[in-house]
Amino acid sequence: MLLSFSLFNQRVEAKSPDNSVFAPNVYIKINTDGTIVLQAPNPEIGQGVKTSLPIIIAEELCVDWKKVQVELAPLNSKFGGQMAGGSGSVRGRFAELRTIGATAREMLVTAAAQTWSVPQQECTAEDGLVVHKASGKKLSYGELASKAATLEVPSNPKLKDPKDFKFIGTRIKDVDTHKIITGEPLYGIDTRREGMLFAMVARPPAYGKILGSVDDAATLKVNGVKKVIKLKNSVAVLATSTWAAKKGRDALVIQWNTTEKLENTSEHFASFKEMLEKGASSPARNDGDVDAVKQNASKVLDVMYELPALSHGQMEPLNFFADVRNGKAELFGPTQVPDQLKGDVSKQLGIKPEDITVSVPRQGGGFGRKLMTDNGVEAALISAAAQSPVQVQWTREDDMQNDFYRPAEMYRYRAALSANELLSWHQSGVGIGRGIWGDSYVAGALKNYRAESQGFTSNTPTGWWRAPGACTMAFVAESFMDEVCTELKKDPVAFRLELFRKAKQEPVGRIMYDPDKYKSVVELVAEMCNWGTTPPGVYRGFATWFSFGSYAAQVVEVKMVNGKPKIMKVFCAVNCGRVINLSGAENQVQGAIVDGICHAMFPKITFVDGAVAETNFHTYKFLRMKDAPLDIEVKFVDSDEAPTGLGEPALPPVAAALANAIYAATGNRIRKMPFAEQLG
Amino acid sequence: MPKYTLSVNDKTMAVEADADTPLLWILRDHLNLVGTKFGCGIAQCGACTVHMNGNAVRSCMIPVSAAATNKIVTIEGLNATGDHPLQQAWEELDVSQCGYCQAGQLMAAAALLKRKPNPSDEEIDAMMTNICRCGTHVRIRKAIHLAAQKLA
Repeated sequence: MLLSFSLFNQRVEAKSPDNSVFAPNVYIKINTDGTIVLQAPNPEIGQGVKTSLPIIIAEELCVDWKKVQVELAPLNSKFGGQMAGGSGSVRGRFAELRTIGATAREMLVTAAAQTWSVPQQECTAEDGLVVHKASGKKLSYGELASKAATLEVPSNPKLKDPKDFKFIGTRIKDVDTHKIITGEPLYGIDTRREGMLFAMVARPPAYGKILGSVDDAATLKVNGVKKVIKLKNSVAVLATSTWAAKKGRDALVIQWNTTEKLENTSEHFASFKEMLEKGASSPARNDGDVDAVKQNASKVLDVMYELPALSHGQMEPLNFFADVRNGKAELFGPTQVPDQLKGDVSKQLGIKPEDITVSVPRQGGGFGRKLMTDNGVEAALISAAAQSPVQVQWTREDDMQNDFYRPAEMYRYRAALSANELLSWHQSGVGIGRGIWGDSYVAGALKNYRAESQGFTSNTPTGWWRAPGACTMAFVAESFMDEVCTELKKDPVAFRLELFRKAKQEPVGRIMYDPDKYKSVVELVAEMCNWGTTPPGVYRGFATWFSFGSYAAQVVEVKMVNGKPKIMKVFCAVNCGRVINLSGAENQVQGAIVDGICHAMFPKITFVDGAVAETNFHTYKFLRMKDAPLDIEVKFVDSDEAPTGLGEPALPPVAAALANAIYAATGNRIRKMPFAEQLG
Repeated sequence: MPKYTLSVNDKTMAVEADADTPLLWILRDHLNLVGTKFGCGIAQCGACTVHMNGNAVRSCMIPVSAAATNKIVTIEGLNATGDHPLQQAWEELDVSQCGYCQAGQLMAAAALLKRKPNPSDEEIDAMMTNICRCGTHVRIRKAIHLAAQKLA
């Protein structure tokens, strides 16, 4: 997933038409009363970009952060690609937003210099003031706003020297913290509009079934129900409250007709196994000869790993507000891709893009679910049919049973070993819709390496799930690496460092990672936990992974209590280039670690005759406080390089680090998720 | 439709609703107190946690008919100025990520501190059973300990 990136200069607006506001571009407004309003251009789904993106602007603008108000930007092409995905917001916008802030700062300095008739280079900007040191004169940005608004927008403003950064790299609290802890309306689900109806939708109960006959007699008798609307493959009930809509929806009598095969997870895995045993004819990557080298091997490892499908389970169940009347559409709700939603609504409802507005509230989690636009499009269709503003609310059951799931996957890993050396690595994966990437390490560090990938066709829907690909493959590859280390009696940290040394000094084929950056996190985490000196009764597992431009290495410490792992501490070192907001960055890393542990341990989605067997959190289980690590220590490798991804990269390695710790404690090698089922 | 008189955040409020309407939806749709969040509807996740007579309860499974005679406190009423020691601690430690579950977490933690003013990690494990999908557990634990210090 790549973010679109447009050049900032194309988005710089001409002079502000209104001299009471200085708005040199769509991101910044400085009012004559001194208030500063910054736009956060990308959707906020819990990854912290409503805070971190404005920090970058504020840094170059040289303002007092306490005086900054932040708004989530509505969809507007002047903001370029407005998407939340691929850990791309900060890395995609760092350079652009610095220039955005510097542009405005330079204009304010020019305005002051002209006011005082002094050379511009004698004036400096700090904390929302322009200062002329020689004369001691000062003017606030508010006082300068009207004059600055009359100036030409500079095309090439000078950026700050990073050693002068005041905000970037410090700990700054989430801008919505106070609203969150006092329960103010913030989320799509909190939308309340004049004349709005609440809607719930009956959707097919299984993949492979479609809408047949509908009897709404009982529904129309429910207090508060106003309308029943039949869509192409679902039925919406509109009412005066969420509960009335739900009661009405549940009272529908619908005949669902089976038109396709009703699939089962058990059959998926049986097919995966067959495909893996057969092998793929054309590899994704093939270095040397993994089969020939087996002749020299003293041992060949050959094992299978299995991962279930997963739901996204973001805490805010899907919802969306739409008002589609008179050929115009107003859309407001949770989406990671507002631009895509606009296009999809335009296409499906035949409304011109210029007649569609999309705004995005803070969102109760994303994790990739809302890279699909189904919730927004559905709300628009219902509003258009009802000719009424409507909020469509999904129940948790609706959300869990109508997801775009992380696909189930199965892997076969093989390695040929001599007495003390890894001779070859042969990985083969199969998943619904897609397989595995072939270029992650150990590719490049071994003479004999082969990666095979096979896709399985299914009518069960799949989608992006936090750290797609990496989140499953890292578990398998780094668990298998631990198996190799165990067989060879090698220290897991030293062995990885040796592989990265080989990848750097004697690279085989293309290298799609930076061995030195891998080394930087492995060495840092080893130092953090004082690797080699385990506390008594505690067992450790190690893993490392590169994804979304960043490197993470982790050590998980467990104690076994009644056969279950109690996670005492997780150490994590990250190399993600320059850190913008230390508090937010650390929160993302800690959160990704807990997320990775949660999904390694507990939940799974099972298809039975096309239906999702797990309906809610009583059967689709999540980690609770008692299962979470007692402590997570995070360190970032000092870096002057541009920021790389951070919403996802700390998730992939942790499942393997945990499984490796459980192996160290028990000798039980877990090759299947969810782990809780394997631990009895 | 039946009429009910509720005590919410020390105010008397009248609503007209079916007897089986969960307190959660009364708060959100009838009284426009949307700080209490919907997460699962089956008392599993705790996003809808409020206080009923001082105890943390999951409002998604309490029908309005059963709530009517009790004293209800929601996140909006936890503290008039938003500076309950737990709210201060949540802010100081920058606990939230998406923030959606945090109202419920705060209400659960407030009930915990009433019963255990200085809770151990084991007591936090036992009482804090709400789901946080973003994984803010480590900061929530630290914030509860910090709030306990502030209260001491």
